[in-house]
Amino acid sequence: MGKPTGFMIYERQDPSKRPVNDRIRDYREFAAPLTDAELESQAARCMDCGIPFCHVYGCPVKNLIPNWNDMVYRKKGRRALDLLHATNNLPEITGRVCPAPCEPACTLAINQPAVTIKQIELQLVERGWEEGWIQPEPAPLKSGKRVAVAGSGPAGLAAAQQLARRGHEVVVFERSDRVGGLLRYGIPDFKMEKWVIDRRVEQMVAEGVVFETGVEAGVDISGRYMQRTFDAILLATGAGVPRDLDVPGRDLMGIRFAMDFLVQQNRRNSGEPAPTGEEILAQRKNVVVIGGGDTGSDCIGTARRQGANEIVQIEILSQPPPQRTPDNPWPTWPHVLATSSSQEEGCRRLWDVATKAFAGEEGAVRKLQCVRLDWSEPDEQGRRTCREIAGSEFEIEAELVLLAMGFVHLEHGPLVEGLELDRDGRGNLQVASNFMTSVPGVFAAGDSMMGASLVVRAIDSGRLAAAAVDSYLS
Amino acid sequence: MSHPEEPLSNDPGFGRVAGKGLYDPAFEHDSCGVGFIARLDARAEYEVIRDAVEILVNLEHRGAIGGDKATGDGAGLLVQIPDALFQETCRESGFSLPEKGAYGVGMVFLPRDDALARQAVRTFENVCEQERCPVLGWRKVPVDADTLGEFAKAGQPEVRQVFLSRGRLDPEAFERKLYVIRRLTEKTLVGGGDDPSPFYVASLSGRTLAYKGMLVGTQLADFFPDLRDERFQSAFAVVHQRYSTNTFPSWRLAQPFRFLAHNGEINTLRGNVNRMRAREAILESGLFGEDIEKIKPVIDEDGSDSAMLDNALELLVLGGRSLPHAMMMLVPEAWGSMFLMGQDQRAFYEYHAAFMEPWDGPAALAFTDGRYVGAALDRNGLRPARYTVTRDGRVILASETGVLEVPADRILSRGRLRPGRMLLVDLEQKRLIPDNQIKATISRQQPYRHWVMENRIGLRGLLMPSHPPSEDPKVLVRKQHAFGYTEEQLSMILSPMASRGQEAVGSMGNDAALAVLSDRPQLLFDYFKQLFAQVTNPAIDPLREELVMSLMGFVGRQRNLLAETPEHCRQLKLHHPILTPEDMHRLRYADHPDIVSADVDILFPSGGDGAALEEALVSVFERAEQAIGAGATLLILSDRRVDADRTPIPVLLATSGLHHHLIRRGLRTRAGIILETGETREVMHFALLMAYGANAICPYLALATVRHLSEEGLLETSPSPEEALDSYITAVKKGLLKTLSRMGISTIRSFHGAQIFEAVGLGSGLVEKYFTGTASRVGGIGLDEIAEEAGCRHRKAFPRTGSPSRLLDLGGAYNNRVDGEKHLLTAEAIYKLQQACWTDDYRVFKEYSRIIDNQSSVGVTLRSLLGFQKAEPISLEEVEPVEDVVSRFTTGAMSLGSISRETHETIAIAMNRLGARSNSGEGGEDPRRYTPLPGGDSSRSRTKQVASGRFGVTIEYLVNADELQIKIAQGAKPGEGGQLPGHKVSEEIGGVRHTTPGVTLISPPPHHDIYSIEDIAQLIFDLKMANPKARVSVKLVSEAGVGTIAAGVAKAKADMVLIAGHDGGTGASPLTAIKRTGLPWELGLAETQQTLVRNRLRDRIRVQVDGQLRTGRDLAIAALLGAEEFGFGTITLVTLGCVMMRKCHLNTCPVGIATQDETLRSRFPGKPEHVERFMRFIAQEFREWMAELGFRTVDEMVGRVDRLVTQPAADQKKAGRLDLRGVIAPPHEDSASGTPVRCVLSQEHEIHEALDSELLERIGPALDKKEPVGIEMPIRNVHRSIGATLSGEIARRYGLEGLPPEAITLSLAGSAGQSLGAFLAAGVTLRVEGDANDYAGKGLSGGKIILVPPGSAGFDPSSNVIVGNVVLYGAVRGEAYIYGLAGERFAIRNSGARAVVEGIGDHGCEYMTGGVVVVLGTTGYNFAAGMTGGVAYVFNESGAFDTRCNLDTVDLESVWTEEDQQELRTLIEAHVHHTGSLRARRILDNWEACLPSFVKVMPIDYRQSLERMRLQEDRDDETVSATEEVYHG
Repeated sequence: MGKPTGFMIYERQDPSKRPVNDRIRDYREFAAPLTDAELESQAARCMDCGIPFCHVYGCPVKNLIPNWNDMVYRKKGRRALDLLHATNNLPEITGRVCPAPCEPACTLAINQPAVTIKQIELQLVERGWEEGWIQPEPAPLKSGKRVAVAGSGPAGLAAAQQLARRGHEVVVFERSDRVGGLLRYGIPDFKMEKWVIDRRVEQMVAEGVVFETGVEAGVDISGRYMQRTFDAILLATGAGVPRDLDVPGRDLMGIRFAMDFLVQQNRRNSGEPAPTGEEILAQRKNVVVIGGGDTGSDCIGTARRQGANEIVQIEILSQPPPQRTPDNPWPTWPHVLATSSSQEEGCRRLWDVATKAFAGEEGAVRKLQCVRLDWSEPDEQGRRTCREIAGSEFEIEAELVLLAMGFVHLEHGPLVEGLELDRDGRGNLQVASNFMTSVPGVFAAGDSMMGASLVVRAIDSGRLAAAAVDSYLS
Repeated sequence: MSHPEEPLSNDPGFGRVAGKGLYDPAFEHDSCGVGFIARLDARAEYEVIRDAVEILVNLEHRGAIGGDKATGDGAGLLVQIPDALFQETCRESGFSLPEKGAYGVGMVFLPRDDALARQAVRTFENVCEQERCPVLGWRKVPVDADTLGEFAKAGQPEVRQVFLSRGRLDPEAFERKLYVIRRLTEKTLVGGGDDPSPFYVASLSGRTLAYKGMLVGTQLADFFPDLRDERFQSAFAVVHQRYSTNTFPSWRLAQPFRFLAHNGEINTLRGNVNRMRAREAILESGLFGEDIEKIKPVIDEDGSDSAMLDNALELLVLGGRSLPHAMMMLVPEAWGSMFLMGQDQRAFYEYHAAFMEPWDGPAALAFTDGRYVGAALDRNGLRPARYTVTRDGRVILASETGVLEVPADRILSRGRLRPGRMLLVDLEQKRLIPDNQIKATISRQQPYRHWVMENRIGLRGLLMPSHPPSEDPKVLVRKQHAFGYTEEQLSMILSPMASRGQEAVGSMGNDAALAVLSDRPQLLFDYFKQLFAQVTNPAIDPLREELVMSLMGFVGRQRNLLAETPEHCRQLKLHHPILTPEDMHRLRYADHPDIVSADVDILFPSGGDGAALEEALVSVFERAEQAIGAGATLLILSDRRVDADRTPIPVLLATSGLHHHLIRRGLRTRAGIILETGETREVMHFALLMAYGANAICPYLALATVRHLSEEGLLETSPSPEEALDSYITAVKKGLLKTLSRMGISTIRSFHGAQIFEAVGLGSGLVEKYFTGTASRVGGIGLDEIAEEAGCRHRKAFPRTGSPSRLLDLGGAYNNRVDGEKHLLTAEAIYKLQQACWTDDYRVFKEYSRIIDNQSSVGVTLRSLLGFQKAEPISLEEVEPVEDVVSRFTTGAMSLGSISRETHETIAIAMNRLGARSNSGEGGEDPRRYTPLPGGDSSRSRTKQVASGRFGVTIEYLVNADELQIKIAQGAKPGEGGQLPGHKVSEEIGGVRHTTPGVTLISPPPHHDIYSIEDIAQLIFDLKMANPKARVSVKLVSEAGVGTIAAGVAKAKADMVLIAGHDGGTGASPLTAIKRTGLPWELGLAETQQTLVRNRLRDRIRVQVDGQLRTGRDLAIAALLGAEEFGFGTITLVTLGCVMMRKCHLNTCPVGIATQDETLRSRFPGKPEHVERFMRFIAQEFREWMAELGFRTVDEMVGRVDRLVTQPAADQKKAGRLDLRGVIAPPHEDSASGTPVRCVLSQEHEIHEALDSELLERIGPALDKKEPVGIEMPIRNVHRSIGATLSGEIARRYGLEGLPPEAITLSLAGSAGQSLGAFLAAGVTLRVEGDANDYAGKGLSGGKIILVPPGSAGFDPSSNVIVGNVVLYGAVRGEAYIYGLAGERFAIRNSGARAVVEGIGDHGCEYMTGGVVVVLGTTGYNFAAGMTGGVAYVFNESGAFDTRCNLDTVDLESVWTEEDQQELRTLIEAHVHHTGSLRARRILDNWEACLPSFVKVMPIDYRQSLERMRLQEDRDDETVSATEEVYHG
């Protein structure tokens, strides 16, 4: 390890962000990178733990964090990059959008600020692109096997690249016009600009991956046909069905799923034609975002940039404590009060709130009728129950309501039906430990089989499924 | 060391092992008292016999008694043939003898069964007839069996003497004929089967005769009435009193053997025996002629190590070499450049090194062939041998002085044998020949020096290649894949070696899966664990005592052992066994008739299975044989030509297989084996290859990798590639020395082929064939799995699709990695445990234990393969309460220094609250902690450790303990010492250790008062004497043979023995030691239990176990295997916040546990409650298991192996091949034998019989009222540890301050026993007129010791030895005035005593950290090695002192400051005052003239510390830390 005492000398340093008033004028990314020297000092804080909790516990894709931190500290960027790519096909994406569960699991985080793992990851891979270290790595020996990948989100991309590098011929089917799935259409540009995806896709194309965009597997090309023409099929179509809120007034205009709102803005930014249907815009509206997660935050940031009036975010759960509680110890994910950069840009947050009904005028939503909740202490199984507090009813004005309450499962479309794939109790694709669905030769990865989750989990799932496909093929 | 029925080859097959479990008699050790008495006038007298018997009686405390409390381990005499006795008694038996010298006598043990005995006699007589040597008659030797113990009776043979006529043979030829007859008979009658008293010839000679048996010294003359018969006359007697670790009926292992008696142990036996066997093929002798075939095999492998050494000596002597010559060959002294010796003598040793390796190990040898009677010590001189020459012409030599009372006026001189030296009585010339004369004569009997100079071949003398081959960097990664390199090995193993020239250091224990339980492909090396010295022989310090060690070796074709020609040394001489590619080029293209190399590829077809691998091995062997036939002298095994089609054969398999194959074919001496291997990179790899037959190794891929790492700037420092390569090779060399020294082996020539490793997970067929003689006790894999694992690596290098990865496998053997090696402690387990203990939540604890236990079900530990025999459960309420269970718990020994004060005290408080024990660890304890805290808590450690450094071990420390634990070894680093760098010795830590802050503290690898099993008995006695209320425990580490050591420890009267697993933690240790030494506790505990029970010793000693005990299930298994108590180390720290950083050695523990840094310590989150809760939780879970298994108490459970079953492994591939039936085998076939399987008695310590109990009664006034008391009395060598108990009493009342000066004065006359004045308290003066034995003044705690010769002695005290070895070991304060010479290691690890002595032996003031030593005469070699503190003044009259001083850590200067002069003069004046030393008086009288001859020895560290203190400077407060014992060098 480079510097055993690094953590005793250097303090954590986060990248600076453009001021709120400045950054909300555009949709561009707003974090400024650290200097090389700063980055090396940050890497020197890594302690090369005997049990690197970041790696074995925190990081879903098992990034070799201590290994590459050491190399960054020792200015061996190229080797660091190899180590980074050893577990992660898309570090430039996780480096931007990952909630970085590695950091709260960092050993330093027991009693000090964690190592700036995510920032080091991002700058390391960006340096790699700048320096031209990242080049296509086509497989020298081809297997002669063909694999179809349905979906080009993080799971599909990671799987496709892995399979191509193992010498297989890979075709990715994407129903949208462009590659990337949720990465492209779900994540706002201010968190990740989309050239980031194009750059990686370009490398993959050079490695032999064929992208068939505008082709919906199961619709434009039947599952049966795919089975005949490919040696294996990997479904990575995501968990596209959003959770709805079935209360009176739900059918009023101005109540929209978060993803519809976000996709529109992303298309607008990249000059893609808007899909049919009316524009969803927050300009000069009071906006209520239902759901306190990351998608909710993305809605806030986007609405702010569109020029919304007041933005209120409501969450059904209680306000988390400021610090970890004994039953939420290090290195588990900390359920503590945090403020996202979008929340920082201006919004009101309410907790313990349930929406009872929407009220509107002229078919358009005008207000939410809400009630406050009282949550019980956890029972034996750790479950809490809630009850409404009598007399706590109140209303929030809103011209636009965005539902950001998560996703249910994948779309049970023609592909799933056509191939007669089994699903689990939650509606996700059922797979065996080798990622194979109930149909031999058909595999699944990512949200489609595990339910909606983090980008980084999707990447990991894609890689593991690719390895399973590879071993199935050989 | 071995057993009659058991050949050394320790067959790991289960058919045989299953019946008896893990115990194997091949593991037995013995040690002892040894000596001789001889008359210089060669007159045979009965008095000699009488005296010899008395010597044995007085050495009895060095022997041992078995579980039946009556059977001795063996005692005997080797004497001249008592012609007078035999002439008469044979006539009475009905036959007459020819005149004296015309007949030979055999001392024969016959089976007690008449038929068998008759058959044996018939066989013997037939052989005699064949050999035309008529039998004159048989005499039944009268015996009196009443004295025998039960065990001895069981094996008691019928003892008879057979008389043979010499006829017309000359005496030498007659001896050879008798030798032939004995060998022929032995071979015919070998294998007594179950016969408890098989046929055995104790001696058969025309000159000497052995009387011996399974006796103690006092029983010998009772058993053999002959020895009380005055007609029994001899001019000499060699005597031996045995202390073995075991006591099965084995009369034949009593000593002396035919030529020698041995106190010690041969560590390198396996290699010696194999090579003797190899040499037999080319054995020729004009003296023996055709008969030479009849004596083969020369080594009787049914014997003990000593017996086999005797076999080798016998061959050499009867083959024509003189006895001293043969001894010099077998046990050569160290002859490195540090030693002053003549060129001829050095050449003698070098010449013989080419064809005979040292039989290496601690040895005091007494020997005789009838003409010479002599004694010798091995190069390390770790066994004592003291002698007295009397004015009436007797020479008395024994392990102790004072074994025979000699009136002072009849003493001519008194001396001791020095390391590597010999003493010889020549009965023909009727004189005593000193060492230098013996050796000078022998060294010149042939022109050895010319022979060596003209014949040896140096590497440099060979052709320099014009184009040294180089490794293509493009294929480097591919090759690294092929040989299983990991990223971790590059950064954690190779980089430190190439950067710093030494092995990497790490910390904490090894919790990774055993190789055979790992689901990742392992190198074959990984299945081996290194054995190490513990108790029965000491490890060596390869740094401070490097001068005795050597990596030099000869490679090539060897010649006939029984001849001497110049060609014998015409071989390639290598200074060390590591070769570079350039060297390989030289060898391949050498233009020299004796350097003929032949390449043999060690590759097998890719994708091949075990059969393909076997076929490839066969062709390797064939190719090697052909090459030898064609004249090759060097076989080069190479895996360089690995490619897509050919996979490397694991180099260890190829090497060991070929080595054994060539031995079997009688070809091993014809060529050296040189390896050119890509697989070899770690020190362990090199060591294994050397130990299994390689002569030299070129690690081409490791070297290429180092070069690449250096070129890429990936090393820790930035050396040039050449520097990096040099550093790497240096690190390998140092590592090899370290490996040798762990086992107490000094030279690579002895280590070569010595196989001191145990296999875990290798199948019996594989081991038998390719690793013959290696212990592998749980079976395991075969060639198929080995081929499969090699295939896995190969596929990574040559994948069928895609390209090989740019990155290597991550590894994860040290630091956890996903997809890396499995580890017992996972991230989840750690946080769950912490959460459980911090929130007091037993449910979360169960989640934790589920993680651990489930993980064991997929296999990390051996216990994961054990399950329980179900029984009727009982309710939990019926099980003894948690409070009782926790009283069996203890925490691991962790010193203050390795962990912070906060952590140390938190643990102590918690354990005291529970009524359990915490362990101080090495390094003393602040006396403040002896007083309870306000509120009732106590931070006093109930168990106090006594380790090799003896830091802080004062009499006060000892009396403030409930248990004193002798740490022999530690799981993470058995056989290792340690070092605490000076900048880490803070005021606090220096304070409790009684050393100067800032001074480096070194813990030696061995306890310097435990060189053998009888020594530990002495240390146990010392500690018992110092604190009779404390129990004494001994900490051992699991390895093959630990059970027999535990038996020895039980006989040494320890109250408890701790068997630690290999996986125990450490604050700092070389990674090789953490990972590669020692074995799982399951094996060690089971073997210990089986051995103790079988020897009926289990009833008197408790057994504790530790090593990664994690859950109640672990405790249940441990209890059923035989443990009564349980220790927790690492896991205790985890409850306090440890997250297994493995950074203890860097002082950067982020949770403030293993650090001394103030800031980090302030982050320590631990509370005593955390530890308490853990102990309660695990006790509770243990109780749940007890309830389920139907046990009410732990006691009921201990040793119930019948309640364990083996359970199949989840992974059938490798683990499925393991067989743990031996682990759970009952100790007796008949399990209802009623022998206790747990401790039900206490040891009989005999402290009340010691002198101190008498003294105690008489010092009342001093103790109570501080009134002066004076006592005078005579003493003998049997009076041991004089002063310890009364010092304990003083310390109990007055602490370390003790009594006022001269409060108690003891004036003693005679020879004092061992440990005179041990831990002597302040206020006590011990004055002995006479002499004293080893360990005088150990742990001196303020008292004063004065040693003077008897007033009436006529000899010059300044040239006679008055006290033995290791005087003032670990002395803390006090004074010693010694009017005479002292032995080796004077004032070793002294930290405060002031002493004056007339002269000393080797290694004086070693590891000294404080105090003042004045030597008024000469010193031996290696003075001041590792001395980091204190001052020595040496009167350097000859001016040669600097050649004998080790200048690594000290400066030499003159005594020029006023202050120093005053100090020196004061001490010498005190010496004169106390002893009347004439030499001292002469010096004082001529002070101005003498002063310039004094040299002041000043440690560099110490000077700096003193100066710093003088300048009142602040201590170096930049991360002042004390991470314990950081390995250095």
